[in-house]
Amino acid sequence: MSNAQAQKSVLWDWLTTVDHKKIGIMYLVAGGFFFALGGLEAILMRIQLMFPNFDFVTAQTFNELLTMHGTTMIFLAAMPLLFGFMNYIVPLQIGARDVAFPFLNSLGFWLFLFGGVLLNLSWFLGGAPDAGWTAYVPLSSEYSGTGIDYYVLGLQISGLGTLIAGINFLVTIINMRAPGMSMMRMPLFTWSSFVASALILFAFPALTVGLLLLMLERLFGATYFAVDVGGNVVIWQHLFWIFGHPEVYILILPAFGIFSEVLSTFSKKRLFGYSAMVFATLIIGFLGFMVWAHHMFTVGIGPVANAIFAVATMAIAVPTGIKIFNWLFTMWGGRIQFTTANLFAIAFIPSFVMGGVTGIMLATSAANYQFHDTYFVVAHFHYVIIGGVVFGLFSGAFYWWPRMFGYKLNETLGKWFFWLFLFGFHLTFFVQHFIGLMGMPRRVASYLPGQGIDELNFVSTMGAFLMSVAFILLVVNVIVSVKNKSEADPWDGRTLEWAIPTPTPEYNFAQTPLVRELDALWYEKTHGNGKIKAAEPLDDIHMPNGSILPIFMSLGLFLASFGLIYQVHPVTIIGLAITLGAMFIRSIKEDHGYHIHKEDIKKEEGVG
Amino acid sequence: MKNLWRVLPFSFILLFLAGCGKQNLTALDPRGPVAEMQHNLIGLSLLIMVFVIVVVAAIFIYVLVRFREKPGDNHIPEQVEGNKNLEIIWTAIPIVLLIILAIPNVMDTFTLADTEVTDDTVVVNVTAHQYWWEFEYPDLEITTGQDLYIPTDTRIVFNLEASDVIHSFWIPALAGKQDTVPGITNDMWIEAPEEGVYLGKCAELCGEGHWLMDFKVIAVDPDTFDEWAQGMAEPDSELIEPTGEVAAEGREVFEQNCLACHAVGGEGGNPQGGPDLTNFGERENIAGFMDHNDENLEAWIRDPEAEKPGSGVGMPGFDNLEDDEMDSLIDYLNSLKVLDDE
Repeated sequence: MSNAQAQKSVLWDWLTTVDHKKIGIMYLVAGGFFFALGGLEAILMRIQLMFPNFDFVTAQTFNELLTMHGTTMIFLAAMPLLFGFMNYIVPLQIGARDVAFPFLNSLGFWLFLFGGVLLNLSWFLGGAPDAGWTAYVPLSSEYSGTGIDYYVLGLQISGLGTLIAGINFLVTIINMRAPGMSMMRMPLFTWSSFVASALILFAFPALTVGLLLLMLERLFGATYFAVDVGGNVVIWQHLFWIFGHPEVYILILPAFGIFSEVLSTFSKKRLFGYSAMVFATLIIGFLGFMVWAHHMFTVGIGPVANAIFAVATMAIAVPTGIKIFNWLFTMWGGRIQFTTANLFAIAFIPSFVMGGVTGIMLATSAANYQFHDTYFVVAHFHYVIIGGVVFGLFSGAFYWWPRMFGYKLNETLGKWFFWLFLFGFHLTFFVQHFIGLMGMPRRVASYLPGQGIDELNFVSTMGAFLMSVAFILLVVNVIVSVKNKSEADPWDGRTLEWAIPTPTPEYNFAQTPLVRELDALWYEKTHGNGKIKAAEPLDDIHMPNGSILPIFMSLGLFLASFGLIYQVHPVTIIGLAITLGAMFIRSIKEDHGYHIHKEDIKKEEGVG
Repeated sequence: MKNLWRVLPFSFILLFLAGCGKQNLTALDPRGPVAEMQHNLIGLSLLIMVFVIVVVAAIFIYVLVRFREKPGDNHIPEQVEGNKNLEIIWTAIPIVLLIILAIPNVMDTFTLADTEVTDDTVVVNVTAHQYWWEFEYPDLEITTGQDLYIPTDTRIVFNLEASDVIHSFWIPALAGKQDTVPGITNDMWIEAPEEGVYLGKCAELCGEGHWLMDFKVIAVDPDTFDEWAQGMAEPDSELIEPTGEVAAEGREVFEQNCLACHAVGGEGGNPQGGPDLTNFGERENIAGFMDHNDENLEAWIRDPEAEKPGSGVGMPGFDNLEDDEMDSLIDYLNSLKVLDDE
């Protein structure tokens, strides 16, 4: 390592890093923080709903909590946490030294973080957004306070970061694969990250357009949604759900990828029906764009549209079913190890099937008129998002923790965490199916006694408490396990990320690997000497320099947002000037990066 | 009973759920053909889904028991690539199951959208406001609020609109919901074979008072409905010029404080105002959710915001009223009835 690199302080190093591994860890830390925040919001809501007519929070606060819970969990917790794994693991799985655009990777992270912080500052500056995470107009355009301005600007900034990250992953996976790593040899996590990134590329522009229209309407008096002067409020719903439905798949597909890796590894078997799994992923991604109006069956788009979108939605069950059965048959004939990572992957199957079948029930448009906007829907999407995405995140965390942090999470604590969380999760959400059918709409700040839903709501809240206790166990586990050092390949892994030393060297692979088969490392373990063959001689490695500019670009937009919200346009101009200035510096300043020398690599790898 | 073949096999699944929830609120105990159609479809989909869950659970449990790692077992399982026949099976069977569900669903979707108006149909224009419901019967020239009277065994067609934000019109025991969207008129139909009071709710987040935006559907026999309609359209002069001393005082208080926003018997009110109060004395609840008694009524009039958050925007509190003024106002309001007491 050059002297200039070594002399930097730790803080400066993390603020300026363009290393995909450090950025991945920063995504996990920031996403983990927002996950805890969103969880706290959920608990406050569940306490309020513990008894009928309860007065724990006001109706206004409740509306803010439900809005921020949804927005935080989707945009600031689930997606960034998945990005954390994608950032750290995907380049390793394809044998790359970094992502295609390291600088953009850093920019994507800081945009997300500043956008998320902006959104949450609304709590302290006049109230959080209160129109639901879907922010339907005209409630959000004409009947809400400044909270919605924070929503509109915070999500635009963090959405920009997401879009940048998505493009970066697409280019990385297309261009940066090691020799021999053909598309059909890519691990499923990489495949699903690839498809999810493509969905980001096509879905986020719809959200950006919607948010832009809403911003122009709120801050500059435009009238796209103002009915009195010929606007149309349904346009917002179309734009939101053209983004919003694929967003569900943006979340769930990488989680599917994690389960494919974990189930295969801990069954000691190759993934059953690999090519069927890949095509199912592609078909789900494609169909994900064809079904958005199933969120709008009751809006009045007519029986023809309702029927078409109902059938299209049902069609998604087919590729999803293919995946479920292929996972089951991956375990069939295997030697199943019940590690915490695998417990989450195994528990995912029945939990997600529950969420899947209620999804089909909801897709039944004529019956949807009863389900829509009730707790049945709340139960359904929590089954999908917790039973699918969150289980995936926990499974991935226990699985990749040794790779990312060099130590193993404690398995005993992990299993306590798993069982408590699983039980709490089903206790919370299973009863909500019935609460909904018995007449409780979603997003209600309270409910009247004597409707037959008092006990079920109490039970649901108890489940939520169990989930919080479980989450605390996870945090404890992360702290107490630090000394539990791990070897480089603790799980008898199958894919390339387990073929490198721990802690992962800055350059990942001393020599670019040569991939000979699906499950490259497993193949070398069973057909070779257990070591991945190199595709190049050992030589100096070229690395990109870090940069502080992404923070300034994001900070500029953050400042400009305050200028826009409070209509203090000098601040807007200063903010935009900082962003554009940083972009200008980035454009004119040549940066050739640096080399890690062969001798240093040899020393670090323990060769020669 | 052409739907019998669909109802029978799975009625047992829903049977144990039938007792769930408050009568005339739960969607699990349908009281009209629309809700019944939806209930049947829920049952059919539930049956198919239970089948799917059973199949998955059977394989799942077998796999976990049979192929778990036993102590000392170090064998390397055979690395199976896949099986084309299995892939075809678990692609084809779900497609068949979905077709079984999709066909009745498409048929029902079109049946529910058929809002043709015939001579016997009662048409009601519903307008949702933050946070109350206005019901106008265009053919009968009646406007009322909160309590929606309908004749039994009659086709009712609703035209749904909203005056401010999006709301959603839901009567779980009679029919699934339709949104009321500003600038757009949606429609739906219902029928109620049995007399009764059915609970209705707003199902789309519409602001602070959303959770209390309840209403009632009161199904009465056609004769009573005619009497009600007659009483609403041509109200007794007693409603406007009460003869009782206290009620007459109350009427005076009403004219000074309430009449600008609330109409009684076709007098007063305005398009931006509150619900028509012609039959207020017969309202099931105050403000759609409070028990109808004098204390609640006084509390509501003095400070609506405290009872139903967000409603203070539309209706200021009248805490300035003296106690005797309040008493006579309440007396007058409770006298506003259009049906004969029985």
